[in-house]
Order: sequence, then structure tokens, then C-alpha cells
Amino acid sequence: MFRYTVKRLIQGVITVWFIATATFIAMHSVPGDPLSGERLTNEEIRANLEARYGLDRPLFEQYLIYMGNMTRGDFGISFTQQNRRVNDIIREHFPVSATLGILAVVFAALGGILWGALTALFRNRLPDVVIMFLVILGISVPSFVVAGLSQLGLTSLNALFGVSILPVAGWGTLLHMIVPSLVLGLGTMAFLTRLMRSSMLEIINADFVRTARSKGLPPTRIFLKHQLRNAILPVITVLGPAIAAITTGGFVVELVFAIPGLGRYFVQAVQQLDYTVIMGTTVFYGAFLVFMVILVDLVYGFIDPRVRLE
Amino acid sequence: MSTAAFEFGPGDFERVATERRTQTLSRPSVSYWQDAWRRLRDNRRALISLWIVIALAFFTLAGPLLWRVDPAAQDLDQVSQAPGLPQVAAIVEPYASWAGLRATPLAAPAGTPATAPTGLSLVEPATTQAVRLAWDPVPGATGYQLYRNIYDPDPDGALGLPVAEILDPAQVSFEDRLDLEPVRYWYSVVPLDATGAEAGEYATLAVDTTRVISAAEAETLGWIEDAGTVAVGDEIVLPYHPFGTDYLGRDMLSRLMYGARVSLFIGVVAPLLFVVVGIVYGSAAGFIGGRVDQLLMRFADFVVALPFLLFMILFKIAFGIGPGESGIFPMLVALVLLAWPATARLVRGQVLQIREEGYIGASQLLGAKTTYLVLRHMIPNTMGVILVTLTFAVPSVIFTEAFLSFIGMGVAPPTPSWGSMSNEGLRTMLTHPHELIFPAIFISVTVLAFNLLGDGLRDALDVRMRGQE
Repeated sequence: MFRYTVKRLIQGVITVWFIATATFIAMHSVPGDPLSGERLTNEEIRANLEARYGLDRPLFEQYLIYMGNMTRGDFGISFTQQNRRVNDIIREHFPVSATLGILAVVFAALGGILWGALTALFRNRLPDVVIMFLVILGISVPSFVVAGLSQLGLTSLNALFGVSILPVAGWGTLLHMIVPSLVLGLGTMAFLTRLMRSSMLEIINADFVRTARSKGLPPTRIFLKHQLRNAILPVITVLGPAIAAITTGGFVVELVFAIPGLGRYFVQAVQQLDYTVIMGTTVFYGAFLVFMVILVDLVYGFIDPRVRLE
Repeated sequence: MSTAAFEFGPGDFERVATERRTQTLSRPSVSYWQDAWRRLRDNRRALISLWIVIALAFFTLAGPLLWRVDPAAQDLDQVSQAPGLPQVAAIVEPYASWAGLRATPLAAPAGTPATAPTGLSLVEPATTQAVRLAWDPVPGATGYQLYRNIYDPDPDGALGLPVAEILDPAQVSFEDRLDLEPVRYWYSVVPLDATGAEAGEYATLAVDTTRVISAAEAETLGWIEDAGTVAVGDEIVLPYHPFGTDYLGRDMLSRLMYGARVSLFIGVVAPLLFVVVGIVYGSAAGFIGGRVDQLLMRFADFVVALPFLLFMILFKIAFGIGPGESGIFPMLVALVLLAWPATARLVRGQVLQIREEGYIGASQLLGAKTTYLVLRHMIPNTMGVILVTLTFAVPSVIFTEAFLSFIGMGVAPPTPSWGSMSNEGLRTMLTHPHELIFPAIFISVTVLAFNLLGDGLRDALDVRMRGQE
């Protein structure tokens, strides 16, 4: 177990290094640079600025400096926002994205498990048909359409009651978070529902369930203790990738609902070729996702004793 | 006990009728692919999806040949037109100026508040050329303020856009020529009191304007060939937009067709490319094995760990879009660079599994070369799995394209794609929902069809599913 953890962590660090290098290469092959704005006409100013940001050094030296700073946890200073450190940008805006993402994952996981279990129990009957139809819709409709339509729905809902029941956009209170996180989690919820349904169907008539039934256990107890607990396991394995999908998928939801998260900053930074912000956010996100996946795998080993981590 | 010698004679044998008990094929033998096709045909959802996919292909490829409207042409007379029947316009005389109506102002005792105007009416039928209103003079009014609204001002007294302020009490008429559209307008007339302030009372008239055009204008716009062929009172049909137009007056149907080209082209070509890369990489890893395999697969693991959308954006920017380019090619390259490892892993697993099969050994024993093994056994046997991967890759790539175009990182305007059309439609969602709904429906139906088709194919091709159901 310990050996496995250490091995996974070392692999994780190497992966983060790979991400950082790939980002660096991709970044520096972009035509143009952050200093080629319309304000800088003077060659001398340009040379001074290049010296200040270290852009006049050879590429490999820049890479070494960048990697050196990164290992000390310093992502540098933003190019376009004067004197703003990338660490500060991440510290300020990542909690917003993370809150949104965590809420979405919770919604997705709870909803997926609940709906999946329900559809399996009511197999081929009305609840199953209705929920599976909604699931197919949830998988097929892009998140920006759902986001737009839910805003439309909120506007008419608020107009109907004459007071603002749920805010249409923005960030700050718990009420602001409900609809965006539901929209963000919807696709994953649909995916998890499908997974939960099939894993529940496999378990619903397993031998140990039949034994439990013949012992005379009450159906709720069989459902909670025997079926649900076993059927949840495959859902947990895909939670790692699901968290990844939700965090990056947050861009669109942040854009539509005007939420000041890191995703919006990233899109803005890419458009302005803000090297340090792009590299900082990419490496940060990448590292976050890599270690999330490792964490989920380790947790899985604790939950399911049948899985031997090696 | 004496034992008599028992001898066989010809009489001891009886001739039996010839009987053949060889196996017969009672049903026609079907190959793997024939069987898969039969199973797919039995799956109603998958079959409907297949038809939808074929219809989409037809819509994309043959559509622009049948519906020859330039997706970039702007019809400024029909901006944000809702879908429906073709619009018609009546031919009228060219605009002639109008002097208006005058009446003697009525005096009123000082201090009496101005009353609402009476007799507010149309002087002549309202058209998009001009709306001419007249009313009876209000006692004590020093002038009139006119408003126009596209909603009924009645419930909350929102009169709308101030269109004129008449400071001459003798003037009791108004001609509106400002940007008239063939809709219903609510005109309100508010009398002004002695201090020039608006009196609280007002009169409102609902006016339905009809679309008209003079023959000369119609010829300039290209709606008719020759102004001489039409007479006043004739009706001409405007350029038809069955799905309406967008916020720049571009034909939605034609944009949807060209947008389908972009979305489906990327959606089909990108998976084909990265599946081919994945097959080559994965089968190489699986076939060579050993340290090379380990090294290759570790690299694939790294690529999988890259945050997909962040790198899609990065790579797309890194490849750059020149002026006038649509940005489809950079997106394809970025997709191929990032998406191959999944197929590579799958193919490697399949190759490792098939390599141990008996028939491979038998084939090798008979002297088969590696090329023969790969072409004759490996590839045909992995084809089913690959086809399923390919089908599931299409909707996810279409989603990615739509997502990127939506955040403005995808296909460069004016090239339409379903994603960028949704993005534009979202801005006018409240007033013109059709601009969002059509591209959204097309994305959803396409993704849905490919997903269900993928489900069907997996059930049909996966041998382990046989006999279940």
C-alpha cells in the first residue's frame, strides 16, 4: 500500500513536469508575444521590457528559470495585469472555481447514484423510461445550451413571482451557486446514472442478495446495505476523470453565468498571450487533476477491500 | 454342452438402406459482419439513429446544392426574422411628402388640466413606408409629445420611444417614417400644458403596419428583375428564409448547412485520423512488447494526463490562424495530438489478447509472416472494437468543437459552425430564441444519434453480448 502510494506520487510528479514542459513548448511556439502590443513602438522600451521579463535569454535558459521558480511554487508576474502575481490570481479565483466544481461533483454523484439505483429498481417501467430519456437528453445537449435555457427559465420564474427567487447570474451567496453547479454537473450526472444503472442491474439478483432475501431481511436494508454499497464501487472509479471533466467544463458555465472563476481568467489570458498566467493556470490545473485521480484511486483501495493496490 | 461351430453365411446379413447422417446447414451461414448488421437492424433505436446520420449527411452534402443561398449574405430588411412563411410586400407609389393636418388651437380656462386627446386615428392605412396619425385638438394644449412602443403601454404606462415633440398647438398630425417594420406599434399622444410639461393624460392607438415597397426600391434590392413589370397594388415575395435569419440578417437554413459541414467534417475526420494514429501506435506497442511497449505506453499515459480542453486551446493558439482562414486545420491537428492515446491503449490491449489466440499460433506454424498476421488476423479482429470507438468519438469531438467555438476559441467567423451559431444566438435568446434553438437542436440530435448508434454497434459487435438481452 505504502509502496503503491509512493510510486503513484512519483508518477504524478513526473506527469506534472511533462505538463509544464508541454505548456512551455506550446506557449513559445505561438506567433507573437505578450509585448507586441500597439503601445510599444519604441525598440528601446521593448528591449528593456524583454530584459525585465527575461525574454531576451535563450529559450532553454528561460525554461530552466521557469522550472526553477515553479519548484519553489512561484509562477511569476502577469504580463498584462501590471504587478499582479499569478499566485495571487490563482489564490483569488481558484476557490470560486473549486466551490462551483465541488458542488457540481456532489450534485452529479448524489443524483447519479440516486437516479441510477431508481431506474434499476424500476427496470423497464415508467420511472426507468422517463429517467433514461432525461439521461439521454443530458448527455446530448451541450452545457452552454442548458446554461442559456436555465437562465431563460430563471428570468421567467422570477418574473412570474415578481421577486428574485434565484439570481440569474453573478456570484457571492449560496443562492448564486445552485443553478450553475446543477448545470455544470448535469452531463456527469447523466453519465453516472447510466453507469450506476448497469452496475446495479448486475448486482440486483446476485447470490448474496438472494441469500439476504431468503434470510428475511427487510427490502430497505437489502437495498442500502447490500445492493447500493456494492453497486456504487464502479461509480467511484470514474469520479476522478469526472472531477477533471467538471473542473475544465466550468469555463462555459463561468462565462454564461458571469462567475469570477479561474476558467474565465484562462480564456482571457490565452487571448492576450499572457505567458505566465497561461502556464501558471495550466500547470496548476494539471497538477490538481493528476493528484485528484491518484487520490480517488487510493480511496477506492480503502473502500473496496477486494481491490489490491500494487 | 456341445458347441456347434457357428458360421456366418450370406443369409445372415441383411442389406441396410443407405443412410447419410452428415451435418446439414439448415440456415444460411452468416459472417461476423452480416451477423452484426442483422443485430443492428433488430435494434430500433440504433436503426433510427443510422437514418438520422444518413439524413444529416444528406443535409450537409446535398443541402447547399438544393438551397443555394449564400450563408454570408446579409438580408438587412429581414434581420432576426422568425422562421415561418415567406414575407410579402405590396408595391406602392414612391414616397411623397405630406404636409400634415392643422387645426385651430382651442383655448381652455387657465388651471384646467389638459385632457387626453380624442379622435386619435390613422389618416391612411399604415405601411412600412409611413404611418400618418391625426387627432382632435386638445383644449389648452401648447403642443404634443408622441411615443411609439412595440408593447401595449396600457398596464404600466410605459409609452416607449419618444418619436416626436410638436411645439405648435395647431399641428394635430404626425408622420412616422423611422425604421418601420411590419409589426404592431402602439402610438401614444401626450398633450403638453402651458409650461411645456407633459400632461398626465394620454391616448394610445394600436397600429398594424403592412410591408410595402416602391417598385424602384424593389429593383435596387434585387427582389424583382425590372421595375416596369409590376404595378402598384401587386404583391411581391421577399427572399425566403424558412428557418428565419440571424442578428445580421443571414439565412439560418444555409448557415446551418454550412455549419454542419464544419461540425461534421471535424466530427468525422478528427476521429478517423486519431484512430489511425492510435492503431499504428497501439499495435506497434502491443506487437513489439517488452521495454519498448512500456516506454510507449508510459508516454501515452502522460498525454492522457494533460488537461484536454486547456491544451486544445493552447495548441489551437500555438498553430495560429492567419487572416481569412477558418481555423479548422489547427483544430484537427490539436485534436489528433491529444486524443490518440485512448485508441492506442485499446488496440494494444486487443493485440496483446489476440496474439495469444490459437489461430495466430496455427497461422505462424504454417509460415505466416508478420505482415500477413497483422493484415489478415489482427486488424480484422480489432475492427469491431475500433468501429465502436470511432462512433463514440464523433459526438465527443462535435461537443469539443461546439464548446471551443462557443468560447470563441474555435472556428473563426464568418465561417459558421453550430457552436459559434449557438454562441451568437445566446445573446439574442430573449427576443429571438430561434437563433439559439436551431443550432442547439442540430448539435443535440447529432450527438444523440451517434451515441445511440454507438450503443447499437457495441451491442451488435461485442461477442460477449451474444445470447444475452
